[in-house]
Amino acid sequence: MNGGEKMISVTVNGQAFTRPVSSRRLLADFLRHDLALTGTHLGCEHGVCGACTVLVDGVSARSCLMLAVQTNGCRIDTVEGLAPDSGDGEAMHPLQEAFWSRHGLQCGFCTPGILMSLVELLRDVEAPTEEQVRLVLSGHLCRCTGYQNIVAAALEAARSMSKQAR
Amino acid sequence: MKPPPFHYHAPHTLQDALAIVGEHDNTRLLAGGQSLMPMLNMRLLSPDHLVDINRIPELAGIREDRGGIVIGAMTRQRDIEFSPLIRERLPLLAEAITLVGHRQTRNRGTIGGSICHLDPSAEQPAVAMAMDATLTVASQRGVREIAMRDFALGLMTTALDDNEILTSIRIEPWRSGHGWAFIEYARRHGDFAIVSVAVLLELDAASKVVRVALTLGGVCPVPLRLREAEKQLLGSALTSANVAKVAEQCAGIDALDDPQVPRWYRRRVAATLLPRAIAIAAERARARDGDS
Repeated sequence: MNGGEKMISVTVNGQAFTRPVSSRRLLADFLRHDLALTGTHLGCEHGVCGACTVLVDGVSARSCLMLAVQTNGCRIDTVEGLAPDSGDGEAMHPLQEAFWSRHGLQCGFCTPGILMSLVELLRDVEAPTEEQVRLVLSGHLCRCTGYQNIVAAALEAARSMSKQAR
Repeated sequence: MKPPPFHYHAPHTLQDALAIVGEHDNTRLLAGGQSLMPMLNMRLLSPDHLVDINRIPELAGIREDRGGIVIGAMTRQRDIEFSPLIRERLPLLAEAITLVGHRQTRNRGTIGGSICHLDPSAEQPAVAMAMDATLTVASQRGVREIAMRDFALGLMTTALDDNEILTSIRIEPWRSGHGWAFIEYARRHGDFAIVSVAVLLELDAASKVVRVALTLGGVCPVPLRLREAEKQLLGSALTSANVAKVAEQCAGIDALDDPQVPRWYRRRVAATLLPRAIAIAAERARARDGDS
């Protein structure tokens, strides 16, 4: 029994894709292998580390805990969609800017997932407290930088984004 | 690892879902997937048929019904967390839900999935036990209601038949002004709790206990109601001697025992958390009475 293939249509970072997928294909593997969007990282594969976090219809979710077939008709946002397209690939999202200036990453493996969770937080809460940032980060493991600079980067991004919005 | 192969079904109505689980053997229901997917990824399970019930709108939602609150089995923890109705009428559940996993898992995880998975340390089964929830279960034969105390048979084992689906959870709110507390001890926020405690309390004008429910999660294979202790507290004041007497009973619980968390430790954490939770609930009960 191979479980069969099903055709799914998804919109990833604003671009529509239609692809056949095996039923047991994880969303994370679909993004990485079928769409070649390798920005989404896969760590523990059982929902603990948070590296594979993406937005599904606007809310953060572990892409290792969803099947690709489940996202048929869904909008998916990954780290590749964060930065505005400037032509030269130099532009960054304010959150990415803040991670860069505050040293919010070292090896960078956990960063794509953390960015997606924080994008959700900063969208829903204009001026999050440190406590709110830390609660969101509790769903992510970082084994090199430590969380201090990640928290600082998130709070700085919140400030610069609310300034931009004004 | 990756999930083993299975046949995938995505019914759009409860009737279709019931037909699928009625027809096939070795089926598994995919609710929020925050426990089932890890088990599939680790190949702890190999269902022949996976029935995704995420596209059945009638299974989700929170509503009031004849004084009770009815929560659809596929209602996501996120929606419970942000529901004004839950916060107002079921503050115990509102408090417990923020301790369930993390924002990223509550966005997907469902109350029905957690109750059916019945992990000993899970918060939602503990709340269901504390509040004497009634579970509505459907199959092709019809619908039946099961009290939570009869539903939770043993370690991750429920009274559900293979061809049944949990459709909703009904909870009767305690009267306005009751006290509540849900606290737990876990090594890190969002980890599986080693011990959780749920307390519901009603006090009269003389601060005597007129109604009480004491529940421990994580200690036994299923959430444990301390019914003897509840009886002892009824009609008495919450003096430190009375509360201490109740906490002492934790030493006699036939608690779960494993190398990381031995039996004596679970008992001791329970005996420490229980008085704290009673104190928080008592404080809130009085505060509400003072307001009115």
